[in-house]
Amino acid sequence: MTSSLLSVRNLTVEFATRDGVVPVIDDLSFDLAPGETLSLVGESGCGKTITALAVMGLIPSPPGRVAAGSISLAGEDLVQATDSRMREIRGNEVSMVFQEPMTSLNPVFTIGEQIGETLRRHQGLTRRQAQAQSVQMLDAVQIPLPGRRANDYPHQLSGGMRQRVMIAMALACRPKILIADEPTTALDVTVQAQIFDLMQALRKETEAAIILITHDMGSVAEMAERVVVMYAGRKIEEGQVDDILIRPRHPYTRGLIACVPHLLETVSSERPYLQEVPGMVPPLADFGFDGCMFAPRCDLVEESCWHKKPDVIQLTDSQSAACWNLQNSEVPVDG
Amino acid sequence: MADVAIETGTLLQMRDVEVCFSLKRSGLFAKPPLLRAVDGVSLSVGKGQTMGIVGESGSGKTTLVLAVARLVQVTGGQIDMNGVDLLGLSGEALRNERHNMQFIFQDPYSSLNPRLRAEKIVREPLDRLNIGSIRSRDERVRELFEQVGLRRDQLRLFPHQFSGGQRQRIGIARAIASNPSLVICDEPVSALDVGVQAQILNLLRRLQEQLGLTYVFISHDLGVIQHMCDDIAVMYMGKIVEQADRESLFNDPKHPYTRALLSAVPSADPNRRNRERRITIAGDPPNPINLPPGCRFASRCPLAEERCRVDTPQLGDVAQTHRVACHLVEKSN
Repeated sequence: MTSSLLSVRNLTVEFATRDGVVPVIDDLSFDLAPGETLSLVGESGCGKTITALAVMGLIPSPPGRVAAGSISLAGEDLVQATDSRMREIRGNEVSMVFQEPMTSLNPVFTIGEQIGETLRRHQGLTRRQAQAQSVQMLDAVQIPLPGRRANDYPHQLSGGMRQRVMIAMALACRPKILIADEPTTALDVTVQAQIFDLMQALRKETEAAIILITHDMGSVAEMAERVVVMYAGRKIEEGQVDDILIRPRHPYTRGLIACVPHLLETVSSERPYLQEVPGMVPPLADFGFDGCMFAPRCDLVEESCWHKKPDVIQLTDSQSAACWNLQNSEVPVDG
Repeated sequence: MADVAIETGTLLQMRDVEVCFSLKRSGLFAKPPLLRAVDGVSLSVGKGQTMGIVGESGSGKTTLVLAVARLVQVTGGQIDMNGVDLLGLSGEALRNERHNMQFIFQDPYSSLNPRLRAEKIVREPLDRLNIGSIRSRDERVRELFEQVGLRRDQLRLFPHQFSGGQRQRIGIARAIASNPSLVICDEPVSALDVGVQAQILNLLRRLQEQLGLTYVFISHDLGVIQHMCDDIAVMYMGKIVEQADRESLFNDPKHPYTRALLSAVPSADPNRRNRERRITIAGDPPNPINLPPGCRFASRCPLAEERCRVDTPQLGDVAQTHRVACHLVEKSN
């Protein structure tokens, strides 16, 4: 990766819990090129959102802190940046769309004021200019009657519209990176399709890079070019979306793809059982264990998996995985 | 729909079911506006089959199944189960019929009483409906725990000590405790993590085979519906717009709404992605109060014509097991 916009190196984020200090993000590295869409995938509790919060400089501290590693945005290390510098960056160069559009909008301000707030803070616009610009942004995210809607409060909007407002707010200052944390999980499929189309169109227009956090491989295929699969705070596989979908190498990635009933092109009367990934993500107390975190749930587990943490092995130019058993893992996925 | 009397093999038969809610009046003497959450729904569910109900939020899926379970006031129509007219029952007779139909809820966190131990939760329907001798109930609870894949040493734990998937297993054990013939599953996996969803879906399938259960299965996830259901009804704004067996519906969807819904699902299958341009339907569903005349989908339909805004299309057969309510689809008769 020669020209990366965001480069995360050996990031470790620790949280103080009742069971002691645990690495919630454990030695994570990835790059994001300008204008690229990267997806972070994994079950809940795998550290996807914490990664995003670390990039935004929003790790709640205490109990959390960035213990090691660097996050550089166009050469500037965000881990070392001061609070006031981070405030300049947030919402301006890097912005985030949260999962729940209802709880992330302020119920006592109109949406026009909320979009305008970012513009006034970062671009020094007057109230009136900011209002005019907010209306333009609402129009850009295809909200009908933007002039009138700008004076609405969040509760007057539907879920899909609220998420559009969040996107408008996030993109108001033309950030270089947009982080979307499960932007469509609370929405219906038809609305999800509208939001995805909108994000694609805006990305082309503003040339923002997108980090899409999701657990749905379908959304990944639809939206992203590259994918980082996370498990228990570690990166376990990375690669081009098409490669990963066709030839996933880590057993967890394979399980994640196979355990979901994907909508099939043609349906036959045959209905096999779904392939299960037994068990669940380990509790936080077990994070940081020197061995493969996935071993208890893995069907290819061997003795060595329990004793040493697998390194990330580069398999091709673009694909890498962290597993002790990669030579046995080349089973194609069906379904 | 042809008036087929309870044929053998039909467990549940709904005819023109209607559920109306009256809303707050706008003025002191104004008439309260009516919201037709379910409007003239007719469906029959075969024994041992899974009937899927899909639609966006607000389409009336949950209200319809709540009506079947007699948990909302039904304002019109008829619901028969095993030849018993459910809407005519009340008091003791209704309670006796309840052992035959049970519910699995969406949210395993709020649907279990946090103050009861797991064994007590599963045992509750047995106690309430007076099933089996008091002594045999303990044994039955243990058997149920085994059936849903929970361990015996978990019997005395409280709900908060279980994970989401395990809690849903408790919910399932409770639902099958009274040996029901019909189990209504209202989004049983949408609150669960992806990895756990597969475990619960497989469990539901396995139980259906072992116990001969009939499911009415609600989901907004078309992948799950395609995987689980034999027969599918697509609802929009309180009405069924299309109903067909699994293969006809997914291989040959007829209604523009069904097509839009299917094409909106992001797919990991590259063949499916490259083939078609997505049919996007703009906007949100219309306000359910004071609906305009004609087809309810007309305001968002890419193919709508003049007559769609005037006449309400009726559900008509396009094939033996395929019914569509759209003016633009050729009916077979």
